[in-house]
Amino acid sequence: MSQSYNRGLIEDFGRWREFEAGMWAWIFHKFTGWVLIGYLFTHIAVLSTGIPAAGAGEAAIAAGNDVYTQTIVSLEGLLLVRLLEVGLLAVAVFHMLNGTRLLLTDLGVGLDAQDKSFYASLILTGAITVASVPTFIAGAF
Amino acid sequence: MAERYSSFQSGGRMWFLQRVTAVFLLVVLAFHFFLLHFVHHADEVSFLASSARMEQLSYYSLMILFLVTATFHGVNGVYNALVNQGLTGTKRTVIKWTLVAASVVLIAQGIRTANAWAGIGLY
Repeated sequence: MSQSYNRGLIEDFGRWREFEAGMWAWIFHKFTGWVLIGYLFTHIAVLSTGIPAAGAGEAAIAAGNDVYTQTIVSLEGLLLVRLLEVGLLAVAVFHMLNGTRLLLTDLGVGLDAQDKSFYASLILTGAITVASVPTFIAGAF
Repeated sequence: MAERYSSFQSGGRMWFLQRVTAVFLLVVLAFHFFLLHFVHHADEVSFLASSARMEQLSYYSLMILFLVTATFHGVNGVYNALVNQGLTGTKRTVIKWTLVAASVVLIAQGIRTANAWAGIGLY
């Protein structure tokens, strides 16, 4: 039978030195979640340039001279944006992997290995992010 | 029994919806990233290409569902994180309805954008 522990509030960040793997997983999940919802609002704002672009003439759209295409091309031309996209991928991949871990934990699967699965999520996030760098940076220089 | 660390009331409706949307988002977010960064590259994006994808009913429906579930999952997650931080009383009510209003605006704007690409008159 599992034991009950009183680890105190995770929200008390001043105690971070005492945190265990599961508590770090919790904090990273919250942090990546905040980044992702912030990005969703930004993403829709940028994509909204598609609304005025739809009113551009057919010739302008075919030539890529509409405001949507121009906005995306300009943003993608910035190295900083490409690097932020790599960061976004890392954040999304961790949230997805740790989210899978949470779903399984909720179902009672892998409870005994919850610390190991957190470390695995971190390592896999790092590997996927590094492997994706060439794709995300292609054409930026 | 082991102590629970979930942000949600055990067995609650919001807890369940957060999990259901998580499963959906796991698949669709991976598809979205793969399609728009690995199959097509982000710097090759154009109105014509976005339009061609969004004119397909299956893609349009998937993206609308993606927008709605991602907004719910994100905003519900933020709300629960704030409640965990000790948000209560009037502040809690104000923040809850502000988040609901922000979600409605985000979804409406996303649908307008999708409609503009799909050539649907309502935008």
